[in-house]
Amino acid sequence: MPVAASAIYFLNLRGDVLINRTYRDDVGGNMVDAFRTHIMQTKELGNCPVRQIGGCSFVYMRISNVYIVIVVSSNANVACGFKFVVEAVALFKSYFGGAFDEDAIRNNFVLIYELLDEIMDFGYPQNLSPEILKLYITQEGVRSPFSSKPKDKPVPNATLQVTGAVGWRREGLAYKKNEVFLDIVESVNLLMSSKGNVLRCDVTGKVLMKCFLSGMPDLKLGLNDKIGLEKESEMKSRPAKSGKTIELDDVTFHQCVNLTRFNSEKTVSFVPPDGEFELMKYRITEGVNLPFRVLPTIKELGRTRMEVNVKVKSVFGAKMFALGVVVKIPVPKQTAKTNFQVTTGRAKYNPSIDCLVWKIRKFPGQTESTLSAEIELISTMGEKKSWTRPPIQMEFQVPMFTASGLRVRFLKVWEKSGYNTVEWVRYITKAGSYEIRC
Amino acid sequence: MSGHDSKYFSTTKKGEIPELKEELNSQYKDKRKDAVKKVIAAMTVGKDVSSLFTDVVNCMQTENLELKKLVYLYLINYAKSQPDLAILAVNTFVKDSQDPNPLIRALAVRTMGCIRVDKITEYLCDPLQKCLKDDDPYVRKTAAICVAKLFDINAELVEDRGFLEALKDLISDNNPMVVANAVAALAEIQENSTSPIFEINSTTLTKLLTALNECTEWGQVFILDALSRYKAADPREAENIVERVTPRLQHANCAVVLSAVKMILQQMELITSTDVIRNLCKKMAPPLVTLLSAEPEIQYVALRNINLIVQKRPTILAHEIKVFFCKYNDPIYVKMEKLEIMIKLASDRNIDQVLLEFKEYATEVDVDFVRKAVRAIGRCAIKLERAAERCISVLLELIKIKVNYVVQEAIIVIKDIFRRYPNTYESIIATLCESLDTLDEPEAKASMIWIIGEYAERIDNADELLESFLESFPEEPAQVQLQLLTATVKLFLKKPTEGPQQMIQIVLNNATVETDNPDLRDRAYIYWRLLSTDPEAAKDVVLAEKPVITDDSNQLEPSLLDELLANISTLSSVYHKPPEAFVTRLKTTVQKTEDEDFAEGSEAGYSSGNPVDSAASPPTTTGNIHPAGRQPAPAPAVPAPVPDLLGDLMGLDNAAIVPVDEPTTPSGPPLPVVVPAAAGQGLQISAQLTRKDGQVFYSMLFENNSQAVLDGFMIQFNKNTFGLAAAGPLQIQPLHPGTSARTLLPMVLFQNMSAGPPSSLLQVAVKNNQQPVWYFTDKIILHALFGEDGRMERGAFLETWRSLPDSNEVLKEFPGITITSVESTIELLTAFNMFFIAKRKNGNQDVIYLSAKVPRDVPFLIELTAMVGQPGLKCAVKTPTPEIAPFFFEAVELLFKA
Repeated sequence: MPVAASAIYFLNLRGDVLINRTYRDDVGGNMVDAFRTHIMQTKELGNCPVRQIGGCSFVYMRISNVYIVIVVSSNANVACGFKFVVEAVALFKSYFGGAFDEDAIRNNFVLIYELLDEIMDFGYPQNLSPEILKLYITQEGVRSPFSSKPKDKPVPNATLQVTGAVGWRREGLAYKKNEVFLDIVESVNLLMSSKGNVLRCDVTGKVLMKCFLSGMPDLKLGLNDKIGLEKESEMKSRPAKSGKTIELDDVTFHQCVNLTRFNSEKTVSFVPPDGEFELMKYRITEGVNLPFRVLPTIKELGRTRMEVNVKVKSVFGAKMFALGVVVKIPVPKQTAKTNFQVTTGRAKYNPSIDCLVWKIRKFPGQTESTLSAEIELISTMGEKKSWTRPPIQMEFQVPMFTASGLRVRFLKVWEKSGYNTVEWVRYITKAGSYEIRC
Repeated sequence: MSGHDSKYFSTTKKGEIPELKEELNSQYKDKRKDAVKKVIAAMTVGKDVSSLFTDVVNCMQTENLELKKLVYLYLINYAKSQPDLAILAVNTFVKDSQDPNPLIRALAVRTMGCIRVDKITEYLCDPLQKCLKDDDPYVRKTAAICVAKLFDINAELVEDRGFLEALKDLISDNNPMVVANAVAALAEIQENSTSPIFEINSTTLTKLLTALNECTEWGQVFILDALSRYKAADPREAENIVERVTPRLQHANCAVVLSAVKMILQQMELITSTDVIRNLCKKMAPPLVTLLSAEPEIQYVALRNINLIVQKRPTILAHEIKVFFCKYNDPIYVKMEKLEIMIKLASDRNIDQVLLEFKEYATEVDVDFVRKAVRAIGRCAIKLERAAERCISVLLELIKIKVNYVVQEAIIVIKDIFRRYPNTYESIIATLCESLDTLDEPEAKASMIWIIGEYAERIDNADELLESFLESFPEEPAQVQLQLLTATVKLFLKKPTEGPQQMIQIVLNNATVETDNPDLRDRAYIYWRLLSTDPEAAKDVVLAEKPVITDDSNQLEPSLLDELLANISTLSSVYHKPPEAFVTRLKTTVQKTEDEDFAEGSEAGYSSGNPVDSAASPPTTTGNIHPAGRQPAPAPAVPAPVPDLLGDLMGLDNAAIVPVDEPTTPSGPPLPVVVPAAAGQGLQISAQLTRKDGQVFYSMLFENNSQAVLDGFMIQFNKNTFGLAAAGPLQIQPLHPGTSARTLLPMVLFQNMSAGPPSSLLQVAVKNNQQPVWYFTDKIILHALFGEDGRMERGAFLETWRSLPDSNEVLKEFPGITITSVESTIELLTAFNMFFIAKRKNGNQDVIYLSAKVPRDVPFLIELTAMVGQPGLKCAVKTPTPEIAPFFFEAVELLFKA
């Protein structure tokens, strides 16, 4: 049964109910007390996000300072439940203009009640597209990001759009200047052994899109991925152009993309929602260009002294540069004194996370930088257990670089009025979980 | 900028409700709207605003959609507690369901379906019928779900009014969202019904697969879940279905992906072509891996499902083991699941890498995770013969770190490795023995002792090692004692020298005479007998070759596995339990529900973890505690332990036969209501203590005004001054909606006496299988306790009167009571076991003396003084326990008022 929820509760960290909605009769009104006594007030919190207590199951997640708890008594679809929560939060955020926390809920409780009534019926998720809901659920005091836009006829055909095949775009949009912004955002996840062997490495990328297009445009996106190119050349019966092609392990698309067509023709074609959205996500594991190499050497000299030496090398193009580079080098809890030199940037010992935090604002390509530190430890009695070294973690952003090598080849826009569009493409690579064991 | 609704939460405490009432009736629209918002705010924080029902409903007829929605929300919450008033809203609902605005039409039908009040349900049918055929798809999609709601309230009605047919027609609707909701509704109805309602044939299949391409992400989930029950006729059809479903794997919504995977796996059972299967496996791997980049909670659901998928089709993810490597910052629940899958995917090809990972995890901080990592190494050793040696060397390295719990865990798994590969790795025993004295966990100790016993002939100082454990034999846990016993016997059989012989004497003595553990004693006796009769036979038995073990831990039964796979992405697949194991809901037959088996009711539903605690429920003057909300919640405990007292109660074998269901002989005046229907979710309880045939009974009346059949009634009394408790279980037949049951529950006294000052309060908890526990407070009426043996001789009366000091006399005047005649008063009191002794005239006043006795022979000497026909009664009581005199006065007041 694809029921996602019998009731949904929003609790603050103390366990007070901020707002709740019961969709079905099969869970008692006081079940949330069971959640409080058996999960929130015990060590169980954070142990497992799906728990059964009595006849009910609790499916919960924490978002900022709010616990969102789904209560069900049937064999509900948990994946659906979690996804619903994630999407609902995104929806609320888009209504409140950003933040989702305890205050935002209190300040918008009428709106939230109204939305909760609309986006789920009897436990079945309904349309959650902010774009469409904003057509007919409007509240004073809520900033509409579309206020500067031409007014459309509001309610009359809203219902058709909620249920329509293109349930994510309203009709009759008109822009003076038709523009599309494409952002390719990649996160590199790396786990490297202390000897420099790559244990696990992958890139998860997102294609984010900002559309300001009139009418009902049909879009088609071409990337330099291997399968797409092969299919294309096969259809045009001419050999593929030379150039770097990459192999995508997996792609998932926004609901606007015609999946059947992608499956047969390998082209990404869609009618986009208005404004900002995530068009697709992809993952690659082969041929990843790592932007940074980290070479740590950590020597424990006796029981009270350590020597740390970390060398970071940028291995992307010399003309590019990384921004906001942060290297977190873990040190033992009993660190007493640190003493270090860096070739670039600034470093600091942060005792609250037991790390040396080394920050480099701008890191040009094909260069290297080192930190060497001496660490004095408080000698502790009877500490038999040696220090378990957490990995070195790294944060960075490299604009105009893709770790996967992905490139947008084309973005075509068709609309029956035949207007011209301006397309903008940006690339950026960020660190996902970039960990080097030491 | 966001909203400013928080202002509605701050209201003045004093006179809040009247204030709101006034505002709700204001002539200004804005003020009314603000007032409704305040009411909703109060409702949100858990205040009871049900008393404003009429006023809020009056605001319902409005053009303002926002206000209307708020009123509807209020109705959903409170209609059940005010079923009679809820009818006031019906007109507006019916009117709204014909509104020109489709949003309002849909809102009306959606809300009506959420109001589970019988009277409203009747009015819902006509609007629903219209809305199912509405021109606007938004209204139709709402109506479709509403049919499922109605079925939940009244299945017969849905059948009779032909809603099922209308719903089935909607499957062919031209709007995909309507189709999706209709499918969801039908699937749910089918699940809760025993008769075939929604059967998917090849035509519907084609229709639904087409709709799949066009409907919303959630709609796709509904359709895929419904279709996963479809059994294809032949491999060809299965292949066709799979081909139509595979594109869904690319969807960004994890629920769509998992439902698609479920459906594909189901159809794969039928597909015979190995090429097709191989291809499908290849296609399913990437989307499953992608789920691991979602939110950690979703990852958890995905991992629990992948665990099942890997057991069924290991090839799908055979090459993807790296993606299950734990990240340092993964939440613990994700790490644990990843570890489990890594063990399942470990093979000769990847074991080196996997072992490196496990070793890394074994040095992390979280103890549970570390332990599991060490165990994982052991399980890999047992699973992969060729890797066993490498696993052992990793374990030895870990033992060298000398972290206590790592060492213990390692010893436990090494014992299993020895079992799996006998006579192969004994060279490491010396290393293990080094950590002997650090072991403090029973399982680790037992494992080490087993190893010593098993290899006693190769360990030179085996006898010394075992001896070191023997000293503490009596204090060891049973697990360790059993192993010590067996190991000593093994040692003796292998090395029958003097030392072991002495040891065996000590052990056998300890394990037979000095123990109260029957398992240990029996095993010791068997060894003893064996050793004394035939040592050779003992050798054959004790040192026999053991069967080889395999790593089948955490492997599910094939039939269970198949059932769980059919439930992918649901709770069942997360718990790894079939749905029946945790869903207690019963199927409703559309026809009649008479022959249902109520004994099966959900024991796990509620159990009052804490019997009514006098500290928890404040004494109230109304004698009535509203259980909802404000009470400290009855804490539903996990595997439903029946509360101790209740358990004892049920276990009491009392000869008293409890009269059940006596609606024809209502005893006396109507019983006072102790739990009104409004507070009891439709269940009304009336009760009073009475006396009949020399015994105390608790006379109770249960009226079921809810929509559900209530069964499994149980009752429990809190400790009270007279120690009143039920003498037997509460015997109430399953109570169908609209029926009532009366019972006389026999009571016993002095069962659970409360300490502290006497009180006439009787706190009672009643539960049933369907509802939360209801708590209420009743008064102990003293005359129900007066015994038939209370008559005293005049002499005895006088003597007792004189013997009691004056401080034992308590006096109270009742200015409101008038005595009409002395005779009728005596008659009345005699009926309640207060016996006439004497009367006299004092001026124009009549004085009556009476005697009574409460259990345990406590006499009550009563003097009543009154003027016949004039208001005013003076009542003096002399008793050895003057503390309970106030209860007597309460009883007097009650008797004379009636």
